[in-house]
Amino acid sequence: MKFYPFLLSLLLPLQSFAERGTGDLGLFIERASGSVQLIETSGNTALGRIEGLGDLSHASVVFSRDERYAFVFGRDGGLSKVDLLEKRLVKRIQQGGNSIGGAISQDGRLVAVSNYAPGGVRIFDTETLDLVADIPATYGERGERSKVVGLVDAPGNRFVFSLWDAGEIWIADLKDPQHPKVQRFAQIGKNPYDALITPDGRYYIAGLFGEDGFALLDLWHPEAGVRRILPHYGKGDQRLPVYKMPHLEGWAVAGRRAFVPAMGHHAVLVIDMETWQEIGQIPVKGQPVFVMARPDGRQIWVNFAFPDNGYIQVFDTETLALVKELHPGPAVLHMEFEPKGEEVWVSVRDGNEVQVYDTASFTRRATLPAKKPSGIFLTARAHKIGL
Amino acid sequence: MGKRLGALALGILFMTGLSATEYIQISPARQAELRNLLAQDCGSCHGLRLRGGLGPPLRGAALAGKPASYLAATILFGRPGTAMPPWQPFLTEEEAVWLANLLLEQP
Ligand code: HEC
Repeated sequence: MKFYPFLLSLLLPLQSFAERGTGDLGLFIERASGSVQLIETSGNTALGRIEGLGDLSHASVVFSRDERYAFVFGRDGGLSKVDLLEKRLVKRIQQGGNSIGGAISQDGRLVAVSNYAPGGVRIFDTETLDLVADIPATYGERGERSKVVGLVDAPGNRFVFSLWDAGEIWIADLKDPQHPKVQRFAQIGKNPYDALITPDGRYYIAGLFGEDGFALLDLWHPEAGVRRILPHYGKGDQRLPVYKMPHLEGWAVAGRRAFVPAMGHHAVLVIDMETWQEIGQIPVKGQPVFVMARPDGRQIWVNFAFPDNGYIQVFDTETLALVKELHPGPAVLHMEFEPKGEEVWVSVRDGNEVQVYDTASFTRRATLPAKKPSGIFLTARAHKIGL
Repeated sequence: MGKRLGALALGILFMTGLSATEYIQISPARQAELRNLLAQDCGSCHGLRLRGGLGPPLRGAALAGKPASYLAATILFGRPGTAMPPWQPFLTEEEAVWLANLLLEQP
């Protein structure tokens, strides 16, 4: 008994590093050097770098539900678990040859990775990173394997994803993690390139590269099947060559309107989410890559593919008018809003900087040096469906 | 156009003892830009280390047997019906041949 205070005093200094919350933390990817930087959004500073994460081109991140751990999906098939408080790599596994993204389950126990090679989805225990289930994306008579894109989590401990080569959408139900139940939807359109789920977790929408339009699946009514929406957007105008696939992550929603990149056009599509009809197009500077809504839905921020990737345009969602054009520097790759939207973080790959802007005045609040930064991920994502 | 590319690529092999990427006259500054383009912008589909992604791997071994002129034509004109876009608006023929050879010379 007497020893307790003594022992405690020994332990305390060691643990003091952990005495902070994680709600204002995040990571950004340094794609060339296989590292991530830990950031905090209260003072807009970097807290340190975590290295040894492999090839991080096109890397993405999801967070554990306690917002302490980040799971980083690398292009080389690596899956890394990072402790944000201890600023260290907890575990890293080589789960596939070539991967593209991941998702964390509704219950927080499973982390899923979508792979290009070998094509499919692998599911791991978030605690141990042990393999729980393997879902090969086989299709066709010869059992070929398709690259998998657009993997998201959905209510009911499900994962939903699309098969680039096969033109299919699959729902994997992981209520019994050892025995995933897969439901397949074939012939949804040619070459789905990415997908998203609406913030309420109801609609899964895949963008098509090989055809016009989007494939829509109502997860409340999967029995109704997949239907095509906006089949004619851009008809008449020649589609331009696409130098970078747009991202559909985080469908920008404001009221009943959604804003999405038009593939191969210098336009953002405005969609009415009750009728799923196109109600307008916003002409923009280049081919949009990300179209992100500020969390209050009042603005959308758009960045662009090569060669217009030095710019960001900001539009008012009510009037659809351009309110600001920014030129953060060469190769703007990603934008991440702080949870309540007063600031936005922007990665400028070839400028080797991450910048923070005030979203009301558009003044720059901070500039952080970085090595070829790409995706920026804040812990608030932990509590959002599909992120 | 295809012929010119072929001649350009072959001429290098026959006339000099230099490797193709040494022979083609491209300023060091432009070479650095092209290497960055390759890693970053081509890399968004082919992988930062060109080991493959949405597009196939582009490292030497994966391209073995494919002539530089053929690869340079793919780079300039793209492959219609696939996701490979034409880079002609941004690259000269010399630059495309230089890039094709750079790919072939990578282990
Ligand atoms: C938007 C995606 C995308 C981008 C960006 C891209 N590629 Fe490709 N590339 C592809 C795809 C897909 C193929 C395979 C086409 C096919 O099926 O024949 C391909 C094929 C190729 C091939 C032919 C490979 C072979 O084995 O025949 C070469 C060479 C190539 N790309 C070079 C480049 C270079 C150099 C760049 C950058 C200047 C680039 N690509 C950028 C998607 C892309």
